[in-house]
Amino acid sequence: MIRLQSLRKITQRRDTSLIILIVLLLAVVTMRAPGFVSADNIQRIVNDTSILVMVSLGQFFVILAGGIDLSVGSVIGLSGMAAAMTNQYYPGIPAVVVLLIGVGVGLVLGLINGVVVAYGKVPAIITTLGTLSIYRGLTFVLSKGQWVTAHEMTDSYMRLPHGNLFGISNLIWWGVLVSVLMFYFSGYTRRGREIYAIGGNKVAAKFVGVSEQKIYMIIFTLSGMLGGLAGVLWTSRYAAAVNETASGFELQTVAACVIGGVSIAGGSGAVPGVILGALFLGIINNALPVINLSPFYQLFIQGAIVLGAMLINTVSERRREQELLKGRQR
Amino acid sequence: MQQADRQPKQELVNISRLIDENSLKEKLILLFTKWEVLLGILLVFEFILFSNLSPYFLDYFNLMNSTFNFMEKAIMALPMIYIIMSGDIDISIASIIALSSFAMGYAASMGMDVAGIILIGLAAGTLAGMFNGFFVTILKMPAIAVTLATQSLFRGVSQAVLGDQAYTEYPKSMAFLGQGYVGDTLIPFELVIFLFLAAVMGFILHKTRYGRKLYAIGSSREAARFAGINVSRIRFINFTLMGLFCGIAAVLLTSRIGSTRPNIALGWDMEVITLVVLGGVSISGGKGNLFGVIMAIFLLGYLKFGMGLINLSAKVMVITTGLLLVIAVLLPGFLDGVKARRKLKSQQMASTL
Amino acid sequence: MSETILEIKQLTKYFPGIKALDGVHLTVRTGEVHALIGENGAGKSTLVKILTGVYTLTSGEVLLDGKPLVCRNALEAQACGIAAIHQEASMFPELSVTENIYMGHHIIHPKTKRVDWATMRKETQTLLDSLELEIDCNTLVKNLGVAQRHMVEIAKALSLNARIVIMDEPTSALSLREVEDLYKIVRKLKDDGKAIIFISHKFDEIFEICDYFTILRDGRYIGEGLVKESSVDAMVNMMVGRSLDQMYPKKEVKIGRPVLEVQQLAQTGYFQDVSFTLHAGEILGFFGLIGAGRSEVMRTLFGIDSRSHGTVLLDGKEIHIRKPSEAMGYGIAFVPEDRQSQGVILEMSIAKNITLPQIDALSRYGITHKKRELEVTETFGEKMEIRAAGWHVDADTLSGGNQQKVVLAKWIATNPRILILDEPTKGIDVATKAAVHQFVSEMAAEGMAVLLISSELPEVLGMSDRIIVMHEGALTAEFSRDEATSDSVIKAATGHTAGNGGEQ
Repeated sequence: MIRLQSLRKITQRRDTSLIILIVLLLAVVTMRAPGFVSADNIQRIVNDTSILVMVSLGQFFVILAGGIDLSVGSVIGLSGMAAAMTNQYYPGIPAVVVLLIGVGVGLVLGLINGVVVAYGKVPAIITTLGTLSIYRGLTFVLSKGQWVTAHEMTDSYMRLPHGNLFGISNLIWWGVLVSVLMFYFSGYTRRGREIYAIGGNKVAAKFVGVSEQKIYMIIFTLSGMLGGLAGVLWTSRYAAAVNETASGFELQTVAACVIGGVSIAGGSGAVPGVILGALFLGIINNALPVINLSPFYQLFIQGAIVLGAMLINTVSERRREQELLKGRQR
Repeated sequence: MQQADRQPKQELVNISRLIDENSLKEKLILLFTKWEVLLGILLVFEFILFSNLSPYFLDYFNLMNSTFNFMEKAIMALPMIYIIMSGDIDISIASIIALSSFAMGYAASMGMDVAGIILIGLAAGTLAGMFNGFFVTILKMPAIAVTLATQSLFRGVSQAVLGDQAYTEYPKSMAFLGQGYVGDTLIPFELVIFLFLAAVMGFILHKTRYGRKLYAIGSSREAARFAGINVSRIRFINFTLMGLFCGIAAVLLTSRIGSTRPNIALGWDMEVITLVVLGGVSISGGKGNLFGVIMAIFLLGYLKFGMGLINLSAKVMVITTGLLLVIAVLLPGFLDGVKARRKLKSQQMASTL
Repeated sequence: MSETILEIKQLTKYFPGIKALDGVHLTVRTGEVHALIGENGAGKSTLVKILTGVYTLTSGEVLLDGKPLVCRNALEAQACGIAAIHQEASMFPELSVTENIYMGHHIIHPKTKRVDWATMRKETQTLLDSLELEIDCNTLVKNLGVAQRHMVEIAKALSLNARIVIMDEPTSALSLREVEDLYKIVRKLKDDGKAIIFISHKFDEIFEICDYFTILRDGRYIGEGLVKESSVDAMVNMMVGRSLDQMYPKKEVKIGRPVLEVQQLAQTGYFQDVSFTLHAGEILGFFGLIGAGRSEVMRTLFGIDSRSHGTVLLDGKEIHIRKPSEAMGYGIAFVPEDRQSQGVILEMSIAKNITLPQIDALSRYGITHKKRELEVTETFGEKMEIRAAGWHVDADTLSGGNQQKVVLAKWIATNPRILILDEPTKGIDVATKAAVHQFVSEMAAEGMAVLLISSELPEVLGMSDRIIVMHEGALTAEFSRDEATSDSVIKAATGHTAGNGGEQ
């Protein structure tokens, strides 16, 4: 599309630099561990990262509108538990319906976030900090502290992510499907563009009749739905629904966005960047054991990367502003 | 309006009388929309409820001893008042505890004495706070983003080094700090430390120029700047104080449980922020006081204790805390709405004079 | 010549503490450019905001095509065919021109039910071309200049099929050539039978482009008429209501020694090469259009923003001001433009507001001192004649005029030698305005040096000993009190000064 040409120009810089960074990263890791860049391993990494991609895209829209969703980890946990338990107690229900139930649970949880933010006027950070606890607590209440394990799940449920099509796992296809849908949504639909408008200039957006409330409802619900989908796929993929599923996952989603060039202040960023950001994180996570770093380093490295990425975003934004000002000098 | 301006001054003084002379009902509404009063009523209600549900609740020893469970969070809530008051937020505080406790464990494993260990703990916390403050005020990055990153970073240090291990070897004499009582009384040492720190922080907030500047910054960062207040410096000091108090809390907590694991104090960010917000400090800044937060601390602390007594699971408690956080933010908005309508009414009366 | 499209009768609007509009009439016909004239604070903006659904009226009638107009938000106003082009363009810098124009009312393809990007882009380009604008519809707005953004705003209004287009000081940030382009567009709109409400206080453009006028003063309707049957003098009289000499209590003061010398001050992107000298007892007026860089100069002087170049001398000695507290240390006080967000702290009491700049000095060992604070508050609060139920009441309960008095009191209390006033009478009632003028004049007479920024020409002309005019970040002219005429000052402010060709 020509329309997005100039928008791409900016993100392209981030996208290309991310691609270069990813290639470099792969090269470095391969030097330490040849075979890291095999087709099989790449597929494994993408497979591992698919869930992160989906949830990060939900997070992306929330951040784009100027908010943040800290409850995504708990949404994954609760909807995953709900789906897995449905599967456990009613094995007769088709897996697809269970999937829809999981997504439905996520939708409701997201909707609750949305209502509190949009109509209760509670800042997104506080709302989702609260629901982070509430949803996690509800997971325990629902499960009574029990787990759902592999032998309690039906085969069709486990096939949701594990099956494959054209030699590529279903999980990856899910990731691709969500990515394509979100790319279209963000770039070519009315509501998608209105999210950019709200994040970019709230006052102006209201003025042209873009409803802040409606947008908040949409983004939180969307984030919830993607969290719900991720919950189902997570529990079926790892063949276990535990109470701590995806605990702390919100940070990784924010990280993917920030690395992908999404401004934490809202209004700018794009889907391809977020996908690349998530892949970057995925590669790092997969590379740690390969280069003999204990997985316990993961948290620290993630924190450092997020801080670094934000620093780069901030500095480049400042530089752009400076250039703009110099351009204005007459 | 013009006419009002030409009226002699006492005419305008009447406006205030218009409001003051309002009925008893009006006064009651004003009183009961005061947040601290609401919290106080809730606290009394809570005591009545739990003492009816459990014979062990209204017991001096129990009431004193149960404070052990929430004094560290209470201490962290104090500088969090400053942070939230001035329009910032810090969600890395639980991780600062982890970092600080880790530093203490490391110092202990190196054979340092108690004073050295404590000093290391406090220093680690303070440095972590300054680290946050640097990014937020010098590099001008959003507090939520910075502390979200350092939340992983700080705890990540502890996790990277400790893995699934833990430091458990602390000098015996350190236990007093987090487990001891004052003299022969049943008053926990932690409670005394908290009360002392609360007095100091409350004094600063309400009686000093620093406190005044905090309120000014919270109400309008820009107006404060135009009034010559060094906004960045004060916000930096706030984050540093936050770090120091996390260090104090880490010393007490480590001393109380006698060990350091990477998951120490996990989830406390939310609980501490809940205390402050529930205490009536406005998340948009500029509003609140120490008294409300102290009320909230004991309200939530004893709620937890009481729920434990009647065998409600810890998870129900987590849900309750989350709900309270959201409700605590929803409700003042609602109450403000009521007040604002009243204010508007009196202003309209004034403007038609 | 045509039928009435919009009729406003007895329109009244109250705000807490102020009556913004009081019995206003306005009748607009199709194919007419209707000038809405009045000083700042006369109620023009409030009127526009009622028409565009931002505010609701307190009483009165607004009739569109003879039927009562009910619009609760901008969207409904648009649906009724009313579109406003704003002084400060409200756009989405990160989005393209097409998207800026269609945000909120994307074209949906009737068959596919999806956003029809192709049509939107085509329509946008057609629209831009019809306005003879050399802008590509895919350009991001952040890459456009001020004037181009303005034209996009107009295109946006047209895309809405607006029948009434409200232009609020549309030329304030435009160069001469761009103004011509704008006139062309306005004439075209007129020929198409649109009604245009043209808000301005520049008489040359009113006579150039407008057919009819309505004048407001202090929120009240003063009069109306055909432009070609009126004269500038007649309009000024109606607008101001009294002659300048009566209005401005400027005292004759003996100008003292130079206090502040500014040499080649610059801030990249905002202003450059600003040099002037301010003397004791002098009121130095700064005039210019919005965005000319006057406020930025003052902000830099006060240490809010940092300068990129230049020197500042106080009493002949070079000083470096990096933050407001340092400026205050040198005896500079700054009454900022935006009272509500920069001047007062609304949630604080009058007393706390007044003592805020010197809270350090008023405290003992860092502890605030109630008695001293009250003394200062009483001294300066009474000096400024602040009207309130008590010093403990919050500033947000005060009227705009009293809030401004609080701001003045808090700065006078610091005992400054140099007082910077940025739009000190914006949005306050007439009585307070007069009090502020009186007060400033007295302070200058006592030897204070005053820098007065104002967009209100009569105020600048009436109050200043000397007037400096800025245009697009540079000084374009300087006038003494005797030399200055509204004509010459406005010409300099719009960049038409003889001998100062610049980009023109």
